[in-house]
Amino acid sequence: MSATPLSYRSPGFVADAWRLAKKDLLIEFRTRSAFLAACVFALLSVAIFRFTWDATAVPAMDLAPAVLWVIFTFSGLLGLNRSFAVEQADRAMDALLASPMSREAVFAGKALANLVFVVAVQALALPALALFFGLPVGSGWWGVVAIVLLAAIGLSAVGTLFAAVASNTRLAEMLLPMLALPFFVPLIIPAAQASVILLNGRPMADAANWLKILLAFDIVFTAACTVAFPYTLEE
Amino acid sequence: MPAHESAPSTHPNTPSNTPSNTPSNTHPAAGAAAHAQFGGAPVLVAAGLVRRFGNRRAVDGVSLTLQAGDCLALFGPNGAGKTTLLRLLGGLLKPDEGWARLHGHLLPGDASVRHLVGLISHHAMLYAALTTRENVRFAAECQGMRDAERATDDALARLRVADRADTPVRRLSRGLQQRVSIARALVHRPRLLLLDEPYTGLDEVGARALTGALRELKADGAALILVTHHLGEGLALASDAAIMLNGKLVATDRAPREGFDAGAYGDRYRDLVTTEIA
Repeated sequence: MSATPLSYRSPGFVADAWRLAKKDLLIEFRTRSAFLAACVFALLSVAIFRFTWDATAVPAMDLAPAVLWVIFTFSGLLGLNRSFAVEQADRAMDALLASPMSREAVFAGKALANLVFVVAVQALALPALALFFGLPVGSGWWGVVAIVLLAAIGLSAVGTLFAAVASNTRLAEMLLPMLALPFFVPLIIPAAQASVILLNGRPMADAANWLKILLAFDIVFTAACTVAFPYTLEE
Repeated sequence: MPAHESAPSTHPNTPSNTPSNTPSNTHPAAGAAAHAQFGGAPVLVAAGLVRRFGNRRAVDGVSLTLQAGDCLALFGPNGAGKTTLLRLLGGLLKPDEGWARLHGHLLPGDASVRHLVGLISHHAMLYAALTTRENVRFAAECQGMRDAERATDDALARLRVADRADTPVRRLSRGLQQRVSIARALVHRPRLLLLDEPYTGLDEVGARALTGALRELKADGAALILVTHHLGEGLALASDAAIMLNGKLVATDRAPREGFDAGAYGDRYRDLVTTEIA
């Protein structure tokens, strides 16, 4: 049987991914459900750590990075859970998968929206952390911001993959942390080590090795998750 | 024209794989013009489709051929495999055996093939926080339409929901949501439309708008597969009717020139289903 030539022209991977990310962010902006929950969680966590902290036993510079990465990890999970719930609510995922958009573009769009979500929550959490723990505001903070961005890329990639896996189950909210947290560990360790170095006022060069590890994990995880994602959608 | 005998799983590139029991007999009036216009090549050919879930064969050797302008009304009790068959043809599931070709392209295909398919089910597949227009426009853009805005307006007008274009979907009634969902599926004028209980929740106006849009698509050369439990509404549009039981097409019929007699077909359906279940 001869095939009819098809005239369809794809808008392209980047355009598809951006359209999906924009749609997810618009929905989150309208509902604000996950963002508000993540912000409340972040602020409450900072406050709880602050009021249970014995300044004479642990210096602020040692405790603050731990608090930062606990908040980063768990507030990120709140956004990731929401990422595919919005597609599953009325089986909108079926329409998305039946459309010409590639599975890889779906992954990239979802990961991009999750990245914006995580960074937005951290934009609130970092100043709160500095305020509550009385951290000196200096040039080292730009380094911390860069580390948070790098860690957010890895977390979004890994988290998006496992959010897709978990979304097909009835226990998605429970399953996602169980699946994703072990894979967050290789991201959080270098990120935490590098942030300790920078918050203690040491030069960026001292944190270079940890940053290289973090960057390597970002590249490997993003590539691996993009390749693996289409398989998570098969029934 | 659907063929119900289980066909062997054969290689999709072999021209003779089109099931031999799929005659290209005369088409009812609605499809005839479209058939002539599109040169007689089948829109959809499926052969020996099998899909298993565990040990159960949800779809068991289904073969069918649809020409431009054909509408296959597919009936069957719950769990017969109708939805699974639609998901196979929509590229949402991969067959374990057999193959399906849309305009000659193997399913599930790449972007250019998926662009030809429209999907409507009893799930609205909409985003509750977005407005009617945003939902349909998003679908049009996902389909790669250059003039998505105009296509969106056309689709909303055709389904008579243009006056609710800026209302968030969560504020619409179930029936209106279903009409928006249909506008979403038709916005890119698909060549194969898969409809799973599309009349669920529609009021009279919505049902009429849907039937009108489907007739228009048929006349334009699209092929339709309509899954429904309501014989009357299914047969009204159908050029072919089939009954599915336990994953198999157990009966297929071509519409006579004067159309199906819903009463007689209902008796036949009940006989077949009762016999099979007994």
